[in-house]
Amino acid sequence: MNIDRRHFLVMLPAAAIAWKYVLAGTPEASPNYAMTDHWWSMLIDIPKCIGCGNCVRACAAENDVPNGHFRTWVERYHVTDWDMTNPEVISPDGGKEGFPAVQEDAGKYFFVPKLCNHCADSPCTQVCPVGATFITPDGVVLVDQTYCLGCGYCVQACPYGCRYIHPEKKVADKCTLCYHRITKGLTTACCESCPTGARQLADLKDPNDPIHAFLKTHHVQVLKPQMATGAKVFYNELDGAVR
Amino acid sequence: MNYFKDSAHLFRFFFLFVVAFVVFLVVRHFVVPKSFGEYGHYRGAAIAEIAARPARFAGHETCETCHADVLETKKAGKHANVNCGACHGPLANHAADPSIQPAKLDTAVLCIRCHAASAAKPKGFPQVDAGQHSGGLACETCHQPHSPAIQTGDTK
Amino acid sequence: MNGVEGYIYPNEVTLIWSVLIVLYPYITGLVAGAFILASLVRIFNVQAVAPTYRLALLTALSFLIVAPLPLQLHLGHPERSPEMYFTPHSTSAMAMFGFVYLWYLMAVLVFEIWLDYRRDIVLLSQSSTGWKRLLYRAMTLGSYNISERSLAIDHKVGWFVTLVGIPSAFILHGYVGFIFGSIKANPWWNSPMMPVVFIFSAMVSGIAAVMLLYMLTAKWRGLAIDMPCVDTIAMYLFYTFIIDFSLEMLDLIHRIYEADESFRSLNFMVHTKLYFSQIVLQIFVGTLTPIILLGITQVTKLPAIARRRIYVVAGCLVQIGIFAMRWNVVIGGQLFSKSFLGFTTYKMGLVTREGLLVAIALTILPLIILWVLLKLLPLGPEKKHGLIHAVPASTI
Repeated sequence: MNIDRRHFLVMLPAAAIAWKYVLAGTPEASPNYAMTDHWWSMLIDIPKCIGCGNCVRACAAENDVPNGHFRTWVERYHVTDWDMTNPEVISPDGGKEGFPAVQEDAGKYFFVPKLCNHCADSPCTQVCPVGATFITPDGVVLVDQTYCLGCGYCVQACPYGCRYIHPEKKVADKCTLCYHRITKGLTTACCESCPTGARQLADLKDPNDPIHAFLKTHHVQVLKPQMATGAKVFYNELDGAVR
Repeated sequence: MNYFKDSAHLFRFFFLFVVAFVVFLVVRHFVVPKSFGEYGHYRGAAIAEIAARPARFAGHETCETCHADVLETKKAGKHANVNCGACHGPLANHAADPSIQPAKLDTAVLCIRCHAASAAKPKGFPQVDAGQHSGGLACETCHQPHSPAIQTGDTK
Repeated sequence: MNGVEGYIYPNEVTLIWSVLIVLYPYITGLVAGAFILASLVRIFNVQAVAPTYRLALLTALSFLIVAPLPLQLHLGHPERSPEMYFTPHSTSAMAMFGFVYLWYLMAVLVFEIWLDYRRDIVLLSQSSTGWKRLLYRAMTLGSYNISERSLAIDHKVGWFVTLVGIPSAFILHGYVGFIFGSIKANPWWNSPMMPVVFIFSAMVSGIAAVMLLYMLTAKWRGLAIDMPCVDTIAMYLFYTFIIDFSLEMLDLIHRIYEADESFRSLNFMVHTKLYFSQIVLQIFVGTLTPIILLGITQVTKLPAIARRRIYVVAGCLVQIGIFAMRWNVVIGGQLFSKSFLGFTTYKMGLVTREGLLVAIALTILPLIILWVLLKLLPLGPEKKHGLIHAVPASTI
């Protein structure tokens, strides 16, 4: 490897900005990042998910997710015929080590990655008694873990099962949409490590974001739309059997 | 006036409430964090604190600044859109200090995670039954992970 | 996986609201119910139950003092609970807790008890010695005026406090029902009837508890049990129970008839995991049996000793039934998955911070506190009017 060329390339502005703040770890916010310029969401393309579990492992590594708890997980559905109310669903350890191979092909199978939907009208932030969980001006639902009482009300209120009480910290915990990464120009750990592009971070306020074209040309859904949570994780070709 | 004298004890009780309320207001002023309410009903400083967490995955753009040769190879093959971290794991520590060597990957475990055949996977996705496909040989015997297509004369 | 059947979301394996969260509404229910009994005397002029007036108030206070404890033991960070006072979130029913609790404790219960006992407190502050004398003197707040006029004023003010106390009691316990009933994510809890069912079952448990405690304390004091009093209490208990049972049956029938997407999963849960606690304990042992027993005493003329025994049995079964109801709501609501495809199991600890022994201790503690309160604030001589001071009946 050419040392001189490496140093030169590190000076490149695009790489430099991302990397300098990745190394940061100081409490100052990235100066180039204005919260009101963004409205974060995610696009999940079901036909592309192969159930490899990379996202679950990457999230656990990036965010120190405790064993037995999941900020993201993958479900595998098996719908045998016309009855969509009785799918066979498995998620062995959240799909962390992938899924057991299936031999025969009766019915249809598909994988559904799940995470916090960062709802615009989230029931979890509504019920927090002290204001420890909230939605940021850029659309990410976060937990202030130095303020949270650990009462668990938000965990009960989430229709998607994406929250849990951290076994050591004793506060509520959940997917942060890798807020510490997306505010520095990186993508989330799960999207970074997805080999097929089934998961993609999207910025609804960015007119150049590919999600706008995608939403125009595909049929997308959110999970449990009847709950009217304003969920912002959009699923392409979500089957009616998905819970 | 007599009425007042006979109900004075009630005013004493009420006075307890007033004192408690004043104490409450004073304590509240000192205890509630200063940034509370800055953006909404929460501690505004929490946003910056959460954003300040160091990253563990460096992000493929960072890898590519040094490993541009790998990028060239990968761009032309089937793994063009598979990011570095997907196989190599979190390596922000290596990007910060290149003397930290990343762990060697075991293709027997790694490749199988995505490419093991299963009727559950999407039909068009390349998948093989490992035993039948290579008879126990390691994947990298024939496939270079950065450009997995087998070229004639490709031995590593 | 351990205790998991079918498919549940991975984060749903462990229940987060334990038996302590079952205990909390049970305790505040007793508070509200006991207070309603006291208000029967004060507001609705049911003089027959006057002998239980002071006991009902002290019972309510004993349980109210213990009420925050299960919550504190459950919190991941109890030291942060003052945040509910300093930055309560106005959209959260739970944020009301601190204020409703304080209001009910100080502006209703303590105030009313103080007003009713003030004459006794002043007299005791003069007659007692040692640390008790200091305690009573502190409780007088420095005012030793027990003239007829001042006591009459106390009486009038106490009437208003009781009047305000009724909706306050309903809010104290009803908001807990709302905490559950307003969660759209959980179909077992989600119902506008939840606060109403909670309040009525609270009244049942509170009235029964005071009835039991009255008979117990009368025995200890060597006094005869005032039969018209317990007969009247039992009558109110019976009719309140009929209303409570009707409300719960309405909810059940409605669910079965509508059979929405959650029904199959919930129905399975009730028939398997909740069979013992719901069908056996709550419905048969804790509701139907006491209703039938009390009904017998309402329609037939039984001798006093038989009625007393029935009241004791019914009163105890009621406690089991209402506790089971809280269990079925809180624990039941967490046993099924929100995917409606599976179930988990509640593993109650024994000696852990949220375990069975702590729950038992917290149930016994209010009785100990009541015992202490009865020593400090004696119920006084048994009289037709439970209100001791010499105020003519016409001014009530």
